[in-house]
Amino acid sequence: MRNPLSDTITKVKPSGIRKFFDVVSEMKDAISLGVGEPDFDTPWHIREEGIYSLEKGKTFYTSNSGLKELKIEICNYLLRRFGLSYNFATETIVTVGGSEAIDIALRVMLNPGDEVLIPQPSYVSYHPCTILAGGVPVVIELKEENDFKLTKEQILGAITDKTKILIMPFPNNPTGSIMTYDDLKDIAKVVIEKDLFVISDEIYAELTYGQDHVSIASFPGLKERTVVINGFSKAYAMTGWRLGYAVGPANILEQMIKVHQFAIMCAPTNSQYAGIEALKNGDPDVQMMREAYDGRRKLLIHALNNMGLKTFEPFGAFYVFPSVKSLGMTSEEFATKLLKEEKVAVVPGTAFGDCGEGFLRISYAYSIDNLKIALERIEKFVERHKK
Amino acid sequence: MRRRLLEAMDKNSKVSAADLALMLGSTEEEVTALIKTLEDEAVICGYPTLINWDKVECERVTALIEVKVTPQRGLGFDRIAERIYKFHEVQSVYLMSGGFDLTVIITGKTLGEVANFVSAKLAPMDAVQSTATHFVLKKYKEHGLPLVQESHDERMLISP
Repeated sequence: MRNPLSDTITKVKPSGIRKFFDVVSEMKDAISLGVGEPDFDTPWHIREEGIYSLEKGKTFYTSNSGLKELKIEICNYLLRRFGLSYNFATETIVTVGGSEAIDIALRVMLNPGDEVLIPQPSYVSYHPCTILAGGVPVVIELKEENDFKLTKEQILGAITDKTKILIMPFPNNPTGSIMTYDDLKDIAKVVIEKDLFVISDEIYAELTYGQDHVSIASFPGLKERTVVINGFSKAYAMTGWRLGYAVGPANILEQMIKVHQFAIMCAPTNSQYAGIEALKNGDPDVQMMREAYDGRRKLLIHALNNMGLKTFEPFGAFYVFPSVKSLGMTSEEFATKLLKEEKVAVVPGTAFGDCGEGFLRISYAYSIDNLKIALERIEKFVERHKK
Repeated sequence: MRRRLLEAMDKNSKVSAADLALMLGSTEEEVTALIKTLEDEAVICGYPTLINWDKVECERVTALIEVKVTPQRGLGFDRIAERIYKFHEVQSVYLMSGGFDLTVIITGKTLGEVANFVSAKLAPMDAVQSTATHFVLKKYKEHGLPLVQESHDERMLISP
């Protein structure tokens, strides 16, 4: 029998997080600080709108690019929050989560052999999606000494004449790092000079602390070369609804809608109705959740630094990224031992790229009580293994 | 700072001053001092415990009573409200707009005890014109917190 598999898919490594997931799921009574999703339930008024749409029999396909009313609300929202101006009819698509948007953006922009700059540690899907789209991933290793921000020099050092796309994964999962206006200014200049395109994954845009998120698409000349990806999962605690969106230049969006149409048809109709409610009336919920995360963030940074795990202060998402180098263990060793000895699950930094070695991703999408129990156990563990 | 502190304490008064200080970006001394001020100003009026008495094996009856009263010249409803809320059985008293004047929530050990309070204490007061007593059958939510079993964390233990 011939090999049923494509050469391309066999080149894609299975997700590192998957491996660890299998270990964790055998520990029945472990407490976890390992999830990448909010602990809040979707606000009731949003859920209610989803239920209402079912009651009203809204159980049909929507247009491929999404409900008109939702696209209008998305554009209103992006203008209101980030000063981004897009046309709902030609520059907007509603997708099945931000992840679909990442996939289809890469698929419509890459020719075989085109290189994609992927800053890591970062979300797990940019690398495999690039390979699946025929591109070549070029990893840029973000450095702890730069607070895991991307620098102009790093881009210039990685660019070749095949480089086409720069992925901008900020606010960042897993480090919590953000890019400020000043950080982005230099990057924007290089993007234009080197004639690059940007896929900016801004799914955590609502979760920044002490300063507002700045989109790279808001810089002059960048809107024409940037696909902005965002969604409802993190801001409105709607991960299971699978609802995201992308905005960008009409010529790119037109082709993304084409792929989406053939692969997906449309995002779930009920989720789209719920999404309208979220954007119209969800601002107070977002603020409440942001304030809760912020409190836990400060608690966690303080506690981890106190027990000797060096943790830089992240201003975005809901993760902290402490270093375990002082204990002389690898990320995976630490995570595995912590799980076995103290029954606390955290994710080794290496799940988000090789340069995550020496770090852990700890999520604070948990109640204070839960965090405090976990912190006590981590402290005991660190005390025991201190060199 | 005041608002943020109060919001942080609203649903959970057990968080320590040290933790509150960390979360609000303040110092423990400052938080302790502010809580003291808020107590002195009677902004924070107490720290009761939210108990689901239905789960405890002891008789306990709650009733909501709609009361129509005659306000007094110069004192409005405050005097009569005070006369009512001073009874230890009374949990809450609210002045209402609409069809009646005061909502009085009382608890007692038995139906008889509540009925006795209404007929012997509340209804005979001069200023009270009429009462309508409604017994509570089941409590679902109080002080913004559901009294039913909290659903457990259904998220996967690890996700990207």
